Amino acid sequence: MHPFALSRADDLAATIAAHAQDPQLAFIAGGTDLIGLMKDRAALPERLLDINGLPDMARIETLPDGSLRIGALARMSDVAANAEVRGRFPVIAEALLLAASGQLRNMASMGGNIMQRTRCAYFRDDDDPPCNKRRPGSGCSAHHGLNRNHAIFGWSDACVATNPSDVAVAFAALDANVLVRGSTGQRSIPFTDFHRLPERTPEHDNVLDRGELIVAIEVPARVEGRASHYLKVRDRQSYEFALVSAAAAVATDGKHLRSARLALGGVAHKPWRLAAAETALRGVSLDDIIGLKSAIATSFTDARPLAHNAFKVELAQRVALRALQAAGERA
Amino acid sequence: MGETNRSSRFGGTAIASGSAVVKGPDVELGRAAATQGVEPRVVSLTVNGHISTLTVEPRMTLLDALREDLGLTGTKKGCDRGECGACTVHVDGRRILSCMTLAAMQEGKRITTIEGLESNGELHPLQAAFIEHDGFQCGFCTSGQIMSGVAMIGEAKAGWPSAVATDLRRSFTIADLSGAEIRERMSGNLCRCACYPNIVQAVAEAAGRS
Repeated sequence: MHPFALSRADDLAATIAAHAQDPQLAFIAGGTDLIGLMKDRAALPERLLDINGLPDMARIETLPDGSLRIGALARMSDVAANAEVRGRFPVIAEALLLAASGQLRNMASMGGNIMQRTRCAYFRDDDDPPCNKRRPGSGCSAHHGLNRNHAIFGWSDACVATNPSDVAVAFAALDANVLVRGSTGQRSIPFTDFHRLPERTPEHDNVLDRGELIVAIEVPARVEGRASHYLKVRDRQSYEFALVSAAAAVATDGKHLRSARLALGGVAHKPWRLAAAETALRGVSLDDIIGLKSAIATSFTDARPLAHNAFKVELAQRVALRALQAAGERA
Repeated sequence: MGETNRSSRFGGTAIASGSAVVKGPDVELGRAAATQGVEPRVVSLTVNGHISTLTVEPRMTLLDALREDLGLTGTKKGCDRGECGACTVHVDGRRILSCMTLAAMQEGKRITTIEGLESNGELHPLQAAFIEHDGFQCGFCTSGQIMSGVAMIGEAKAGWPSAVATDLRRSFTIADLSGAEIRERMSGNLCRCACYPNIVQAVAEAAGRS
């Protein structure tokens, strides 16, 4: 790794001020993404600020209104093992347990999880092929290269990468909020607005500004939370990123869907919420497979597969259907 | 130390960032945050029960510090990218990947490596089970497998679920630690000799015995 300075933060306001003033400073928590990026020379910060000592940021708690508040420094394994999370939001615990490995889940923070960068092999390649995330303006090697793992929704000529987080898909489906502290105070970002589409500036994965730090993720109390499921399809059974995944959460009247929440992973630069499908699914019976399929299909009219990933268009619809059915069985 | 990139294309970038650092790494940092530079600093940690004081550059991983500075070469460097599990050690009782964390971030932490697993000359039950069940061929992944397995059994005893569970609302007990559970929980440790069936048997036996 390149030489860098390291210091330890113990005060939130000073931490934010340091980041705001210094474009070469990066926060480090679990390190499981950043250290890999530095080894691959996809990130070359001159200074790291270790935020693990910031107080009260690792808590997992239920607020008086029933919403779940997950501190940004809580570790993936602690969130996945938490009884409240497992009972009220199984989709979150499942997404976490299907991600990475036991060792990495013990290290990785929740804030870092939703900040993790794409696994696009061109982006991670330290031979430095053209990549607009790695070197803005250099081009996109994946667009006309090997793009089996890449996006089918929302990509641009500048970038066809996907977001690798599993739990982000669950948060998107549940309309969680990202609580962010900056020098002028705190703001709450709706989860589906947190990550952005690549457009012409794929070097920006999300809407955070310099001088902002994620302090927590809040999941509103939802009746659909308990009847939820995360399904992940990948090239090996464990310890692999998703080819396609789906988070589903439902509320029912008998067999009929009163509401359905659906988001996909592995298909876009951000967790991909299926808004049209959610509308079309209202009132459909969970026993009506044809009805469910055609409702889900309404969200795929704008799918744009690349040379090597047309299979994802069909796969994603099947994964969404199965996730929906599994969630329905919990209703 | 472990500079893997041999491409000259990056020379310019590395030199540029290096010289910027030399100019004064801490000038811009907020005063309330402790400021330190790129130069080596002293870190105190407890390794296998002994307090160790190391002098490390910030960029040194815990893995390299254990192997290069402390001579504890039982912990292996496989991929050096968090993909193989060979470097697994325990920090404050939890299994982690020592290649993906910095030594300088471990101040005051309690580290256990494969060398610290035996007690009073007796192998840990999982070490004994690996021998009994022939849980290795070349042995390169073995210390990582064993460190992962020991902590994993602790996680299972603490009731942590895995992705194998069909209903996470149910509590998990060690009696639920099936072969499928062990395989899932040990999936972060790769064995290119493919000793997986024997590794699973060894872990199962140690989970029942320890």
